[in-house]
Amino acid sequence: MATVRFEKAQRWYPGADTPAVPGIDLEIEDGEFMVLVGPSGCGKSTTLRMLAGLEEVNSGNVYIGDRDVTKLSPKDRDIAMVFQNYALYPHMTVADNMAFALKMAKVPSEERKVRVREAAGILGLTDYLDRKPKALSGGQRQRVAMGRAIVRQPQVFLMDEPLSNLDAKMRVATRTDIAKLQADLGITTVYVTHDQIEAMTMGDRVAVMNFGELQQVDTPLSLYDRPNNRFVAGFIGSPAMNFLEGEMTDGGLRIGDYDLPVPRDVLQKATDGVVVGVRPEHFEIASDNNGIPIEVTLVEELGADAYIYGTTDVQGTPGHLVVRGLARRDVAKGSTVYVSADAERIHVFDKATEKRLN
Amino acid sequence: MTQAAPTVDVDPMGGEGQKPPRAQRFTLGSVVVRATVALLCLLWLVPTIGLLVSSFRSEEAVKEDGWWTVFASPLEFSQWTLDSYDSVIFDQGMGSAFLNSIVVTVPATIIPIMIAAFAAYAFTFMRFPGRDLLFILVVGLLVVPLQVAFVPLLRLFSQYELNGTFLAVWLAHAGFGMPLAIYILRNYMASLPHEIIESAAVDGASHFRTFWSLVVPMSVPALAAYAIFQFLWVWNDLLVALLFLGAGENEVVTINLRDLIGDLGQEWHLLTAGAFISMVLPLAVFFALQRYFVRGLTAGSVKG
Ligand SMILES: Nc1ncnc2c1ncn2[C@@H]1O[C@H](COP(=O)(O)OP(=O)(O)OP(=O)(O)O)[C@@H](O)[C@H]1O
Ligand SMILES: [Mg+2]
Repeated sequence: MATVRFEKAQRWYPGADTPAVPGIDLEIEDGEFMVLVGPSGCGKSTTLRMLAGLEEVNSGNVYIGDRDVTKLSPKDRDIAMVFQNYALYPHMTVADNMAFALKMAKVPSEERKVRVREAAGILGLTDYLDRKPKALSGGQRQRVAMGRAIVRQPQVFLMDEPLSNLDAKMRVATRTDIAKLQADLGITTVYVTHDQIEAMTMGDRVAVMNFGELQQVDTPLSLYDRPNNRFVAGFIGSPAMNFLEGEMTDGGLRIGDYDLPVPRDVLQKATDGVVVGVRPEHFEIASDNNGIPIEVTLVEELGADAYIYGTTDVQGTPGHLVVRGLARRDVAKGSTVYVSADAERIHVFDKATEKRLN
Repeated sequence: MTQAAPTVDVDPMGGEGQKPPRAQRFTLGSVVVRATVALLCLLWLVPTIGLLVSSFRSEEAVKEDGWWTVFASPLEFSQWTLDSYDSVIFDQGMGSAFLNSIVVTVPATIIPIMIAAFAAYAFTFMRFPGRDLLFILVVGLLVVPLQVAFVPLLRLFSQYELNGTFLAVWLAHAGFGMPLAIYILRNYMASLPHEIIESAAVDGASHFRTFWSLVVPMSVPALAAYAIFQFLWVWNDLLVALLFLGAGENEVVTINLRDLIGDLGQEWHLLTAGAFISMVLPLAVFFALQRYFVRGLTAGSVKG
């Protein structure tokens, strides 16, 4: 078990115009479950592969514990990795797949057997130990890939979108299995995903990336409650946050005929206007006509509550808004409702720098 | 298809539902394909059967009438004889030539595969400066005709007094076969899921272990395919054998066969047995290795 530290680690693929990861600074604590999340192509896998030693680090350093591993080859780093497509050894049985790394580490054959059996027990693979990977289902293959990692008891687990090949239901079940397993084993884990729900539910802390840069590293709830910038605000949360623009007035923002109060000191920090983010659950359907008028296009009735999707042609709104309303209120499609935002829970961002202001 | 669907729907028992796919199996296209394949098999088999039948007949019988006449009375055992084989194998030296051919062919197949597999691994999975240039050079060697190398090779071999030895043919065949072997094996290895190799690296395997434990087992189809090509090529080769081995005690089957024709223009019945002996091993090798041609040894290792 160990901490992991990136110090200005840069990866510039040969022939590329810009570095895929210009220089990442990240500290991961001992035993922590760290999730790297971000849109496709933002450099998550590259970051993970730098830690694994599968990509060269062009400048900067990577540490595992106190060891500088920047120049070490993968086999000397004491890490285990779960690949997106599992990368099982096709001609070996499940047991041999799981024992391979132990064999490389010259663990005696008796101990190998014990550890493989133990890991198989944890993952429910005991009945499949003699099968070849091609005779397994996708979910079972995924567990073999996990098993191959946990028999090692390495310093760090690395996982690159290990669930993306599973169907939705399996994904939800396996998500909790992995999180629980990691908590039990207490091994530092770096987990890459592009799915923000996975990130929010699994991570002790979540690192949001975009264009190769870290946007914010924080606990899931802090990310949700206080996103640092507009990108994080829009990326975390489902349905996504609504962004409103308007005319700055003395005590707030005027959006069409609706006045949204914003503290004056916050507005004063803006360089060139502000963008206000409102989560769907922080909108309220106004009883009188004081609010932003939206025409309802779709109501997603979930039983406990309902999401109302609507369009609006008020200047400064994104055109589409999502509002969480109470369930079973029979908001008719095509009708017009007025929504107002909870002024205490709004997120104010600078329009130019996209940084958080409040 | 669009017309077949409603008829399936109206049949509540589903019994008729199985008929359309079955009928489709015998469309005009598939009949033509089957007929063509059957015809090609026949075309290949007729001379081969003729050769086989003739090789078991006596000299007089072969020279008197055609081989197909035996089918009038195939059970008359007095007409069958092993005389031709006896004469070819023991009197004409085909027996020792056959052994010589094996001695030449087996190492001349294994040596280039071994070396080429290592080279292909390095070209695929190791990073070193000048790698791509070197590979292009190797591929470029594919188009160099082997004849241009004969004179320098002969001079080189005679310097070390290798001419006429097995080592000379092994080296010559290994060298001539290498570019194609490297090319085929590298392309095959490049199509293996590279995550498997990365996974092995993370699991602590050295390049040497990765090669033997993972890449070689997964490359069996390509190795087998190339082994068959190289085996057939070396076995049937006359040119290289003639130049570097020549006739005499080390002569191989092809040279022996040529001498049968040369010496015995009138005794061509012996050729039937000789030809058949020279065909047996290549056929056996092909049938033994053909199952490795089937792709998909990596099935199940990676998703998608
Ligand atoms: N081998 C490579 N050579 C050149 N460029 C690469 C290479 N691998 C990745 N890139 C580039 O680097 C950037 C980051 O890629 P990376 O694979 O890290 O993205 P990612 O965040 O993992 O995305 P995804 O969620 O789609 O897997 C991308 O713009 C990609 O095009
Ligand atoms: Mg990726």
